[in-house]
Amino acid sequence: MASVTITNVQKNYGAMNVLSAVDLSIADGEFVVLVGPSGCGKSTLLRMIAGLEEISAGEIRIGERVVNDVAPKDRDIAMVFQSYALYPHMDVASNMGFSLLLRKTAKDLVFDRVGAAAKRLGLDVFLQRLPRQLSGGQRQRVAMGRAIVRDPQVFLFDEPLSNLDAKLRVHMRTEIKALHQQLKTTSVYVTHDQVEAMTMADRIVVMHDGVIQQVGTPLELYDHPANLFVAGFIGSPGMNFLPAVVNRRDVKVEAQLSDGQTIALNAELPVEDGERITLGIRPENIEVGSSDALEVKIQVIEPLGLSTQFYTTLADVQVCIYAMGRTDRKPGDAMRIGIRAGDVHVFNPATGQRIDPAA
Amino acid sequence: MIAGRSHKARILGSIGLYGAVAAYVIFALFPLFWTLKISVTPQSLLYSEGITLWPSSATWENYKTVLRATDFPRYFLNSVIVSVVTAVLVTIIASAAGYAMSRFSFRGKTTVAVTLLLTQTFPLVMVIPPIYRIMGELGLTNSLTGLIIIYTAFNIAFATFLMQSFFDGIPKDLEEAAMIDGCSRSQALRRVIIPLTLPGMGATLGFVFTAAWSELLFALMLISSDSQKTFAVGLLTFIGKFAVDWGQMMAASVLALIPACLFFGFLQRYLVTGLTAGAVKG
Amino acid sequence: MAMQSTAALTPQQERRASSRRRFSAAFEPWLYLSPALVLLLVVLVVPLIFGVSYSFRKFSAFKSDYVGLAQYKALLSDPVLGQALMNTLWWTVASLFLQFFLGLGLALLLDRPFFGKKVVQAIVFLPWAVPSFLSGLTWAWLFNPIVGPLPHWLFALGLKSEPTNILSDPATAMWGPIIANVWFGVPFFAITLLAALKSIPSELHEAAAIDGANPWQRFTRVTLPFLAPTIAITVMLRTIWIATFADLIYVMTEGGPAGSTNTVATYIYVSAFKTLDKGYASAVAVLLLALLILYAVVLIRIRRSLVRYS
Repeated sequence: MASVTITNVQKNYGAMNVLSAVDLSIADGEFVVLVGPSGCGKSTLLRMIAGLEEISAGEIRIGERVVNDVAPKDRDIAMVFQSYALYPHMDVASNMGFSLLLRKTAKDLVFDRVGAAAKRLGLDVFLQRLPRQLSGGQRQRVAMGRAIVRDPQVFLFDEPLSNLDAKLRVHMRTEIKALHQQLKTTSVYVTHDQVEAMTMADRIVVMHDGVIQQVGTPLELYDHPANLFVAGFIGSPGMNFLPAVVNRRDVKVEAQLSDGQTIALNAELPVEDGERITLGIRPENIEVGSSDALEVKIQVIEPLGLSTQFYTTLADVQVCIYAMGRTDRKPGDAMRIGIRAGDVHVFNPATGQRIDPAA
Repeated sequence: MIAGRSHKARILGSIGLYGAVAAYVIFALFPLFWTLKISVTPQSLLYSEGITLWPSSATWENYKTVLRATDFPRYFLNSVIVSVVTAVLVTIIASAAGYAMSRFSFRGKTTVAVTLLLTQTFPLVMVIPPIYRIMGELGLTNSLTGLIIIYTAFNIAFATFLMQSFFDGIPKDLEEAAMIDGCSRSQALRRVIIPLTLPGMGATLGFVFTAAWSELLFALMLISSDSQKTFAVGLLTFIGKFAVDWGQMMAASVLALIPACLFFGFLQRYLVTGLTAGAVKG
Repeated sequence: MAMQSTAALTPQQERRASSRRRFSAAFEPWLYLSPALVLLLVVLVVPLIFGVSYSFRKFSAFKSDYVGLAQYKALLSDPVLGQALMNTLWWTVASLFLQFFLGLGLALLLDRPFFGKKVVQAIVFLPWAVPSFLSGLTWAWLFNPIVGPLPHWLFALGLKSEPTNILSDPATAMWGPIIANVWFGVPFFAITLLAALKSIPSELHEAAAIDGANPWQRFTRVTLPFLAPTIAITVMLRTIWIATFADLIYVMTEGGPAGSTNTVATYIYVSAFKTLDKGYASAVAVLLLALLILYAVVLIRIRRSLVRYS
């Protein structure tokens, strides 16, 4: 097991810049998820750690060793591919044992380790089957098994669950997490699915346009998104954004919406009277039926049983509200809501950066 | 099938369908059937029963004569040698070239692809005069080696495209997985890529064999000595030399058909890939 | 890059290692390509250049003389060549037309489900595998009144006044090689068009049917537009191939009787090989190449303008 240190790493294809100056340190035994929309550079970064892409500039270390010029086979890593990349001409046992065989491991040791890994993944009855004779979920397990028999320094996962159906995906998510808690191998996991990131990661790295937007634990990102991109990307249903103008009256600070309604803000916020800001409010932080003075119009109601989602308009902007329990309101009704000043995230609309209350 | 047609229309439709299918089958098979029929018709019945669908008595006599008393076994062997050697050479060379075209991006790749395409579309009659002369000067007329060199070159472009499409069909992920598992590039090639490309190589072998087996014009031009004749040349010169013995000629033709049909059976599954890769080759 | 010097490698070593890697990455594909390229160069490109140079020379038994454009001038007044050009046009257009429509029909049939389809498919594609010299011989025999039934059938149908060989009548001889060529070439069109047909998503046909299109409309509005790119490229390549395909004609008629089946391709072959006039044959070959390039350019232009408007 080892740490992974990425220093000022860049990737260019000709004039095109895919990754610009990425810095990231991953601690020994940590489970880090790289998340972002497609094309954000997360897979490229993973493939650079694997040695499958050349590094245009900067340095990657695995443990203490700089691996920039080390061939993939000598980096002591294992990777689970999105397509699983199982060798179609080898049975499950040979697929899992291939890397050990290449390292000239003794036959009976290979047999033992493949057997143990297969047992752990529930694959022991399939060892003689070819990949095409397996279901999607079983193939995914073989790909996992191929990685764990190696006992490598680092596990790399490239969207390993995106070819599974929703139910199996949730199941494998838990299983991978349990496996990590057992093996404690440093893991780097790439996904575009923020739910996967939230549920599995020790720390999440949010990427966009080849730049790291924020690094933090799932709840840090959820509670203190550093900018509009992270705020919008993390959380489902997503955060509501409302344009507003600051009203500063003595010690009281309010945000005035385009229809004139106001929302109280934390008085410590370093904002000027008349400044344009963007408010970010999570759907579950909006209180329904409060005596507080905001009015919204209900457009669509989605009953989920345990909870209800309202899609409403507030100052001509669609606002999603997540409330526990059920409702007898109808679309078209007006509804009173309340928002606590401490639950409002404030962003600079020009830079997209978060504005925090002065400490 | 889209619902909603009347019962009567459906019956008429299937009569039409099976009628058309039958017409195509008869058109495809009739010439071959006829050759087979004449080849088993005894010489004595040829003129009296020349155009009946099956002779009143059949015989293997023509085949026996062809195999024992003519040079056809020699021609057959020459054709096998030329076709097999050509097919093996082309498959090896085209596999290397196809691998390069599939797995590397390099400067000049488009130029190479266009050049290959041009040499493939390019009419071979163009080089008949110069090749006839050059081969003469190199002393490669009347030799199977000369034919093998020419056939190999003629089939390279097509086979390269074919092999490239087979390599393209192997996901790059597999190679990368192998490299992470501990393979060097050449090990990945040997232990993962080549085993997966073997069927493709087999298909290429088959296509090239069929093409070489069929070639007539260059063989006719370059080969005159009896000992070096390929089957095509032998059969064609047979017509000129003797008073035509129809039965024997057709027996020889049926023999020449056998390898072609065998390879055709094997190639069935690859016909689409093969013909789209080499849209020009017949 | 030098700023990120590391414990393991000095900047110089690092730079050297990566430049070596870059060099081998640039070199490796050429290594694999070289046997193929060398062979093509030596056996196709070099002879092609020689061929063009031959067209300016007159060959006699032991020497050759530079004659400039004399042979090209001779082309202009060569009546055999004039007839060969007309024959080539007829041979190409008739073969292509029949191959294409019979091939399209076959592809449409094979795109439907019916009993015994696999066997039928194998049988109807079989002529593709038959060597062309055998196709030619087989059809020549079928047209021969001694061993073949066709003259007798044509006679019985009243299409011919006596059961003679159509290959020995200059008026009808070209039909022999054309029919053999169609027999041999239908599978090629059927296979490529069938592959294109299979790539049309069946939802499209279903959507069109729901929208109220009848089968003919489905064919012209959905199927044909989908096939058009395949058809254009296949027809172009096939035209070039047929126009230069000499085997069948050579085997069946050797260009006769009375030059009635002599195409430019057979003319080149016979001039180079039988009459040993390599210089003149080369001039004809250059002319043929020029015509084919002209044809390809025109067709590509037409296709481009069609694509723009569709």
